[in-house]
Amino acid sequence: MTTLAATMADDAAVTFDQVTKTFGEVRALDNVSLAIPRGEFMTLLGPSGCGKTTLLKLAAGFLGPDSGAVSIDGKLVNDVPTYKREIGMMFQNYALFPHMSVAENIAYGLKTRHVPRQEIRKRVTDALALVKLAGMDDRKPKQLSGGQQQRVALARALVINPTVLLLDEPFSALDKNLRASMQIELRDIQRKLGLTTIFVTHDQSEALSLSDRMAVMSEGKIRQLGTPLEVYRRPADRFVASFVGDTNRLRGELVRVAAAEAVISLAGVHISIPAELLSGTAPSGPIDLFVRPERLRIGAAGEAGTMAAQIVAQTYHGGHVDLQIACRACSDGLLLVRSSGDQAMIHLLPGTEVGLSIDADGCVAFPLT
Amino acid sequence: MTPRSTYQRLLGYAGWLVVILILGFLILPAAVVAIAAFNDKAILSFPPQAWSWRWFERALAYPDFRAGFQNGLIVTAWSSSIALVVGAMFAFVIDRYQFALKGIIEGILVSPLVIPHFTVGLGFLILAAQIGWSRGFTVVVVCHVILVLPFVLRSVYVSLRNLDPSYELAAASLGATPLRVLLTVTVPLLLPGLVSGWLFAAILSFNEFTASLFVTSQRTQTLPVAMYNYVREFADPSMAALSVMYIVGTAALIAFANRFLGLGKVLNIEQSH
Repeated sequence: MTTLAATMADDAAVTFDQVTKTFGEVRALDNVSLAIPRGEFMTLLGPSGCGKTTLLKLAAGFLGPDSGAVSIDGKLVNDVPTYKREIGMMFQNYALFPHMSVAENIAYGLKTRHVPRQEIRKRVTDALALVKLAGMDDRKPKQLSGGQQQRVALARALVINPTVLLLDEPFSALDKNLRASMQIELRDIQRKLGLTTIFVTHDQSEALSLSDRMAVMSEGKIRQLGTPLEVYRRPADRFVASFVGDTNRLRGELVRVAAAEAVISLAGVHISIPAELLSGTAPSGPIDLFVRPERLRIGAAGEAGTMAAQIVAQTYHGGHVDLQIACRACSDGLLLVRSSGDQAMIHLLPGTEVGLSIDADGCVAFPLT
Repeated sequence: MTPRSTYQRLLGYAGWLVVILILGFLILPAAVVAIAAFNDKAILSFPPQAWSWRWFERALAYPDFRAGFQNGLIVTAWSSSIALVVGAMFAFVIDRYQFALKGIIEGILVSPLVIPHFTVGLGFLILAAQIGWSRGFTVVVVCHVILVLPFVLRSVYVSLRNLDPSYELAAASLGATPLRVLLTVTVPLLLPGLVSGWLFAAILSFNEFTASLFVTSQRTQTLPVAMYNYVREFADPSMAALSVMYIVGTAALIAFANRFLGLGKVLNIEQSH
């Protein structure tokens, strides 16, 4: 575990090396190592209580680790107080100082650094222009909309040219449309400035769409570290498979593993999947197969190589249709199938008998333990 | 609107009647005194036969009242300000730190609420006599600080509890030292709580009578003590006139606070952010 963090430490902006943090009986972080290279947008994703926020607070210096090392820019910062770390942070509620104007809020971090008055004025103006709020200098935070407040918070964090930008669920208070446009804008600015960013969220779609790499966490551990594509297509374990993206769990039986192929029996139908999609070493036995909704195929009932299933319900989404499907032989619950376009609304009415098949490379399998 | 039965309507009228009676009862004493203050006769009677301002003139001219008013201002200014600083510091410590004996310290700090003012005054009188402390302003101020401290402590403590910690964390993340965070973020955001604490302390201190009776001397007597001494000798409407001025003065102070600071904030009803 040390090796990863240690070898990457040289070009890493932020490094956590075997960090453990407990609150009373609760192990918020359990021997976590993570190195974040310069310029990377790293997302910490997980359900509440998984330790993602604790990790962010360790980077900010709001908390200290029980053991292990936190480094910023190659320097150990375990004992460096927050105000001496060069960080920019955006809070969930933005935490704009209500008694200061927009300009004063943004200037705050420059004043603490004793930047000359003339330069402060220039940098505040530039920062406001960067977040498209030019001319809003004299407003009070209360007079701004949620999206504008967030831009001010971003400007305030960026204007000090931090080594790392820390984002604590900054989009959770925005409505859906605004959220999407703010995400694009934030990512744009982050790329333009080449700013190392740690982003904490419990929203998996946010994580998938924004990150260079993401760390999926649960119970104080990093379950998987990878690009959004890797995490979505090759989840490392059951937790990641079901937490990131929609998925279906099918009951199956591993028949044999031969060279590069694993043969799985699903309700008597044999399918072959690439062996690398199978976890574990057992050559046979019961397995769980996780399949994404867009990787399930619907064909005619009784077609060769398909499982008998029945449409239970349709949900129209405009660009795609979500179908709830009962396949008693392979799953106790209903399966979710995502069908692009809207033909399914017409042809796959509830009650229709269909044949269900699976994209061989669109699933992952975990043996039952 | 849902239709209402006669019974419900009657119940509604009865409810209003009760509310009006209670409100009337609350302002009754003040109203009686206010009317009596304008009585031309030299006795406290009700209702007056003839009207006059002369008792106001007498109250304003009476040397003991003038001295008492000045003494009261001195004592109030010192005691409420000292209580504010001490109370705010204790409130900070209690809110921010965990330590042994915290419960006991909190208990001692609010104990003046359960100890009669009479006892506090008597205690100070005995103590002052014992250690040969002259009955100057110091002993009065110290006594008042103790009596109003719980109110300041409470007010600041509640404001601190309501203060979102992310403001202070944000300031720290922007490079502000703990002292700078305190001066530029914490104190400004706590200002309504600090002002309300100070205002309550000032009003309580200025009106305090029981303990003041023990610890003041002829030279340091505050207005309530001077009024008490006056009533023992005279029974004319100057007292009532003074009461009216008292009420008007306090109301003006609160109106001022309301106008310039927002009463909701000063009384801590509203969230400050």
